Amino acid sequence: MRYVDEYRDADKARALAASIASLCEPGRQYKFMEVCGGHTHTIYKHGLEDYLPENVTLVHGPGCPVCVIPMGRVDDTIHIAEQPDVIMTSFGDMMRVPGGRGSFFDSKAAGADIRMVYSPLDALKIARQNPDKKVVFMAIGFETTAPSTAMTVLRAKAEGLTNFSIFCNHVTIIPAIKAILDSPDLRLDGFIGPGHVSTVIGCRPYDFIAREYGKPLVVAGFEPLDILRSVHMLLQQLAEGRSEVENQYGRVVPWDGNLKALKVINETMELRPYFEWRGLGFISHSALRVRDAYAAFDAERIFEIPGSRVADPKACQCGEVLKGVLKPWECKVFGTACTPETPIGTCMVSSEGACAAYYNFGRFTRERVREATRG
Amino acid sequence: MCLGIPGEIVEILPDQPDLAKVDVSGVRRNINIGLITDDDPQPGDWILIHVGFALSKIDEAEAKAAMDFLEGIGQAYADEIEALMESRIE
Repeated sequence: MRYVDEYRDADKARALAASIASLCEPGRQYKFMEVCGGHTHTIYKHGLEDYLPENVTLVHGPGCPVCVIPMGRVDDTIHIAEQPDVIMTSFGDMMRVPGGRGSFFDSKAAGADIRMVYSPLDALKIARQNPDKKVVFMAIGFETTAPSTAMTVLRAKAEGLTNFSIFCNHVTIIPAIKAILDSPDLRLDGFIGPGHVSTVIGCRPYDFIAREYGKPLVVAGFEPLDILRSVHMLLQQLAEGRSEVENQYGRVVPWDGNLKALKVINETMELRPYFEWRGLGFISHSALRVRDAYAAFDAERIFEIPGSRVADPKACQCGEVLKGVLKPWECKVFGTACTPETPIGTCMVSSEGACAAYYNFGRFTRERVREATRG
Repeated sequence: MCLGIPGEIVEILPDQPDLAKVDVSGVRRNINIGLITDDDPQPGDWILIHVGFALSKIDEAEAKAAMDFLEGIGQAYADEIEALMESRIE
């Protein structure tokens, strides 16, 4: 328990842990998935798993947008970047992600003009400053970042810019959760729902999980106590035979989400028939593309896109990690061939990935616990 | 990229009401506040920022909690702040 002691509300955490333990039925195993990579960070950083009863397991979900982008889309982005007069822009998180032909950094070193930006609005500024270039923003992320891309497209249209487009790779969280629920690989007892995504979509879209699958979901904040409280709320529902959507993060997440954000996404983007996810394969209606009315800002209509399909490296088990079937340390190459310095898979590249989080924080906790047990 | 970073609104830009000058850990940058519609953001308000856009208003205690979380995660936050320093939203 000493790892939680480092946290300033250790007394509250201890009380919660005792209450969590008392809610567990003896002999029953509980498995909860935290969907969001931010939660995975908190869990490893504060050693929360060591703090839960042994029969409660937390598994990591697909909520790291960099991690779920298939290698083919990385190659397609590089293909666009190599076209004449193109400036490709991307969030820094994407720069080291390996595609079949190397990463954005490799492509940049080979002469392509690929620039890191903090915001799609920074990409828009590059377009204004370079009227003789075609500026493309490689848009990724769940519903947390999709409104920003949508607002930027609206702004580009309002300004009459003709040299700005987006290569849209936005994905949506609900179909991914549904794919995991429908997968035979994993039996889950409930979900710790994503905090920031829910700020945009609200809590209602999760209703089907409670209603049709009979699993509770609690939208959670990012502090250690938030996670422990959410686990407590999930166990309480199970103990009372309920399956509902509850909001532990109500201080930030409104029940109906951010209506303006939803409106601008819907104005500029629509669901694709299907999209490939790393590890999860093709999922119907799981990603967004630019609507016809904004075709002038859609890189997929301005450039010829190869539509590359690249199989993940054989040694890489990111797919299993993203589905929650494997823990990071159970992957064959974790920490040996695959490290943050020389990543093979996306879960180790992205600082939000489960493998990077575990590599940076979790393994030390486990080692210390192992040593303590030995002593 | 997925991180929500807390910032305090210093000033709403008079010629562009969708933009605000925001203090994030002592760094002042322009942030788009056009997605906050329930009540108009004012100087002194705290917001949670994602890739240059405020997605929600928060109170000061939540801002402090969010900052504690970010400082705890190390490199990912350092990268995000470094990227924000380079940002020049207009």
